[in-house]
Amino acid sequence: MPPKSTPPPEAPFDAQLGRRRRWKNLIAKQDALPWNFQSTTLALDSRFFTGLTSFATFLILAILAVILGTIIFNGLPGLSWRFITSGTEKDMFDVDKAGILPMILGTAARVILMTIFVIPVGVITAIYLAEYAHSTSLYTRIIRGAVNNLAGVPSIVFGLFGLGFFINYVGGSMDALFLPNNAEPVWGKPAILWASLTLAVMTLPVVIVATEESLRSIPPGLREASLALGATKLETIFRIVLPQALPGIMTGGILSVSRAAGEVAPILFTGAAYYMATLPTHLYDQFMDLSYHVFILSTQSPNIEKTRPILYATVLALLMLTFALNIVAILVRARMRKSMRALH
Amino acid sequence: MVKQDKRSVGWMGLKRGHRARPLEWIVEKFIFLVSLSAIVMVFLIFMFVAREALPVALGAVNSSLVRKTIPPEQMDTMSQAELMEYLELTPKQFAQMDKETLKDLMLVQVEAAAEAPKDKDAPLNTTTWSMLFKPHQWTGYDKPEYIWQPISSIHKYNLVPLIIGSLKTTLIALLFAVPLSLAAAIYVSQLANPKTKEWLKPAIELLAGIPSVVLGFFGLLVMASVMQAVFGYQSRLNSFVAGIALGLAVIPVVFSIAEDALTSVPRSFTQAALALGSSKWQAAWKIVLPAAIPGVFAAVVLGFGRAIGETMVVLMASGNASIVSWNLFDSTRTMTATIAAELAETVFGGHHYRILFLIGALLFIVTFLSNMLADIIIHRLKARLEGKA
Repeated sequence: MPPKSTPPPEAPFDAQLGRRRRWKNLIAKQDALPWNFQSTTLALDSRFFTGLTSFATFLILAILAVILGTIIFNGLPGLSWRFITSGTEKDMFDVDKAGILPMILGTAARVILMTIFVIPVGVITAIYLAEYAHSTSLYTRIIRGAVNNLAGVPSIVFGLFGLGFFINYVGGSMDALFLPNNAEPVWGKPAILWASLTLAVMTLPVVIVATEESLRSIPPGLREASLALGATKLETIFRIVLPQALPGIMTGGILSVSRAAGEVAPILFTGAAYYMATLPTHLYDQFMDLSYHVFILSTQSPNIEKTRPILYATVLALLMLTFALNIVAILVRARMRKSMRALH
Repeated sequence: MVKQDKRSVGWMGLKRGHRARPLEWIVEKFIFLVSLSAIVMVFLIFMFVAREALPVALGAVNSSLVRKTIPPEQMDTMSQAELMEYLELTPKQFAQMDKETLKDLMLVQVEAAAEAPKDKDAPLNTTTWSMLFKPHQWTGYDKPEYIWQPISSIHKYNLVPLIIGSLKTTLIALLFAVPLSLAAAIYVSQLANPKTKEWLKPAIELLAGIPSVVLGFFGLLVMASVMQAVFGYQSRLNSFVAGIALGLAVIPVVFSIAEDALTSVPRSFTQAALALGSSKWQAAWKIVLPAAIPGVFAAVVLGFGRAIGETMVVLMASGNASIVSWNLFDSTRTMTATIAAELAETVFGGHHYRILFLIGALLFIVTFLSNMLADIIIHRLKARLEGKA
C-alpha cells in the first residue's frame, strides 16, 4: 500500500507558518510529485481493498462449501433407503441396525404442531403492525422491541422457559385440575406438545417479520381501491391484502420450520427422548428427534469410529431437510422483492 | 349527532380513517390483543425463569450438608408448620402424606445427617452470593479458588469459571467473525456489481440455515482434529475450536445486519462522493461506512448476544472442563453448556436446579440488554438517515 495517508513529517510545524507559506508549501509538494500521483494511489487503494473485502466474502463462501462438501461426501454413502425408512433398535450406534425414520417423523410432528401454533399468532401480530399500528407510536415501538428481543433470547433459555412455564406451571396445573387422582403426572412432564409450544414462542419473531415485510410490499393503491369501492378495512385486509401476501406468509412459515427443525437446546428438557420403542401417539408423549439424535450420536457413542458413517448420514438428512426449506424460502422471497421493486 | 372526529390515531390506532361495524370492531380488538403476544412472551420468559431462580437470588436456599436434626419420636410435639418447614414440604405435599410417611421422612433426615461428610466445609451454605462470585478457601486447596463442582460431595457453585468460559469463547468467535463479516458486508453492499450481489447475499445467508447442532458436530469431529494437527496443542476440544465454530454461527447475524445498515445509507451519498472524484472504495470507506457506523455497531452487539447465548456448538466443541484460565487452548465450560449438560440430572426444585435457572436468568438479562442497545441504535440510525435523505 502506498503511504498516501501518512502525513508529511513537517506537518506539525505547518500550523506555525503563515497561511501563504502553507499554500506555497503545498503547491511545491504537488509539483514535486508525478502529475498522476493521486489518481494512481486511489486506483491502487481501491483495487487493494476491493480485493481484500471480496477475499473475505469468498472465504466465508469457501468455509460454507467445505462444511457442506465434507458432510455430503461422507454422508452420501451411508444414506441408504433402508437407513431412512427403518426404525432403530436399542443399539442406535450400530451401522447395520440403526435407522432414522422415527426421528424424522418425530421432528416432522413437532414442527407441524409448532406451525399450527405460531402461524396464526404471528400473522395476526404482523397484520396489526402493518395495517393498524401507527409507525411512530410508543406502543408500536414496544412491540417491535419485544419482537427483536424475542429473536435474541438464547435458545437454552427457551428450554428453561418451556420447563418452568409449560411443563411445571401449565402442565402441573392441568394435572391438578383434570386428573387430581393420578399419582403420575400426565401433562406435567416433557411432551411433544410442550416442545412444540416452546418452539412456537421461539420462532414467533421469524413469522412476524416475514409476514410484515410481505404485507408492506403490497402497494397501497390496492388497499385504497378496495376502500374506495366501499369495503371496510377488515374486508380489505382479508379479501385483498392477505391473499396477495400469501407467498410472504409461507416464507415466514418455511423459515420458522427450518429454524425449528435444527434446534436442540429448547427441546432438551421439554420433550425430546433419548430412545423410545414406539412412535408418539398422544400430545403428552415424548418423541425422538433428528437434530437431538445428531447430538446423541456425536457425543454418546461408545465407539465414534464405528458410528461415524451413520452420524454423517444423519447430519446429511438433517441438512437436506433444513436446506431444502431454506432454499425455497429464499427463492420465494427473492421473487417477492423483485415484484415489490417493480411495483414501487 | 355525530361528534366531529379528530384527525388522530384514535384509541390504540384502531379508529384511523374508518368506522368499523360492531362485529368487525370485536375482530379488530382481537387483532390488537393478539399483537400483544410478543410482549407477553418476553415478560413470561423472564418471569418464569426468574421465578425458579428467585430463592437463590434472595438467599432462601441452603445447601449446607449439616443441620440440626430432630429425632422422629418428637414428631408429635411439633406443630404442623414446624414440621412442614423442617421437612421442606409444600402444603400440598404435606396434605398428601400420612403420619407413617412423615415419620419415615424424619428418619431419612437423621440418617442423612449421620452420613454427611465430616469435612469442615460441610456446614457451609454454598449458594450465597459471595460463594457464587468470590473465591473460597476449600479444604485441601492452598489458596482461595473459583470452583464449579456441583456434583461433588460438597456442592461448589462458583459461577466465575463459567462466566470466564463464556466470555472467552465469545471473544474468539467475535474476533473471527466480525472482521470477516464486516468486510463481506462492505463488499456485497458497496463494491460488488449488482449481478454478483444478487446471488452472493443469499449464499452467505445460507450459512444461517445450518443448524447449530451441525456446526457443533463439525467442530467436534472435523475442525478439532484439523486444528490440533495444525497448532499442535494439548486438549483436542478447547475454547479456540469452540470459538471458531461459534464464529460460523455469528457470521450470518453480523453480516446481514451490517449489510442492511450499509444498504440503507441513501444512494445520493455515494453518488455525491463519486461525482467529486473519489473511487468506489473511498466512497464506501469514508462516506457510507461512517454514516452507517451505528448500524455496524448494532450488528456487532447482536453478534455478541448470539455468541454468548449459543448452546449446542459450545456444548459439543469446547471440552466442558470448568477451569479458570484465559489460555485459548484450554478446555472450557460455558454458562449455556452447563445448563444444557446438567439440568437433566438435577433434583427438581433443589439448589443445583435453582442455580442453573439463575444462570439462565443472567443470560436472559445480558442478551436482553444487548438486544435493547442494538434496537435503540438501529432506530436512531434509521431516523437520522431518513431525516437526511
